[in-house]
Amino acid sequence: MSKFRRKSKGGSPAISTASLPDIVFMLLFFFMVTTVMRETTLFVDVLTPKATEIRKMEKKSLVSYIYIGSPVKRLQSSYGTKPRIQLNDAFAETADIQEFIVSERESHDEKEIPYMTVSIKADEQVKMGTVIDVKQELRKANALKINYSTRKGTY
Amino acid sequence: MASSRRDLQEINAGSMADIAFLLLIFFLVTTTMDVDTGIARKLPPMPEEEQIEDDSQIHARNIYVVLINSNNQLLVEGAPMHITELKDGAKAFIDNNGVLSNLSDNPEKAIISLQNDRGTSYKTYIQVQNELTKAYNELRNTAALSEFGSRYYDLPKSKQRTIRKKYPQKISEAEPKNVGNNE
Repeated sequence: MSKFRRKSKGGSPAISTASLPDIVFMLLFFFMVTTVMRETTLFVDVLTPKATEIRKMEKKSLVSYIYIGSPVKRLQSSYGTKPRIQLNDAFAETADIQEFIVSERESHDEKEIPYMTVSIKADEQVKMGTVIDVKQELRKANALKINYSTRKGTY
Repeated sequence: MASSRRDLQEINAGSMADIAFLLLIFFLVTTTMDVDTGIARKLPPMPEEEQIEDDSQIHARNIYVVLINSNNQLLVEGAPMHITELKDGAKAFIDNNGVLSNLSDNPEKAIISLQNDRGTSYKTYIQVQNELTKAYNELRNTAALSEFGSRYYDLPKSKQRTIRKKYPQKISEAEPKNVGNNE
């Protein structure tokens, strides 16, 4: 019994925190490398529909996004609530899509073009009319690989 | 010069951890780990100007017609259907193998024809696409399990191709109608 008491009285030396910055830096670098900053500010509200049979998107750099939805609250006074299309950082019309695809292709290597995908991020309240127009433009631009962006879950 | 070098003191690195923590927390907050998920589809290329569509070679029994109206109601093979029944309906159609006279000859010939209205909501459209994909996925999984003893997505690419050949996913989308006069 006395043996233990003596030990606890002696106290233990403080743990050296000298390597703490190293550990923190390691974590920091990990997060710095994995971070993908949001490139575009969304002007439209998009809540994608739920689906169960979903696949992960590969090669994020080869994906172009088309957002479809009603303008966000603060823009509704000037743009109304009608669903709009957003390409990159601005509202667009269906006629702008072909140009958008061309410019997306130009920014990539020629070999990568067949693997380029267009992800349609549309709000679940959007009517198919708008989506059909977008798809039709994509067909004209010969961008045939598409992906309907969805959330995981059962409806 | 010499004296200044002698007086040079070691910089206190005690606050290094704090600075690193600050940066760490910033990147932790801004990191978006979300992976983009979705249903992949391939659009048909634009038809050539003078191309005449020739559907006559496809026997009517090999086409499974799914219509969605502007009220998001389904009409499958001429009869109204609830979305929950669509998957089993499609599976029965694809995997009929010529048993019933009004369903497909074999899975390779089976085509699902999907037509929606401009007023159909995107949500319903995705639900229908999801159910049809599920029908194909389940059929492929069953075939993969019986032939190779493994789930379809766990198979190597070459074996996946054999299964895909047996159950090709043929979903044809007709030009949309505008019955409800929706824009």
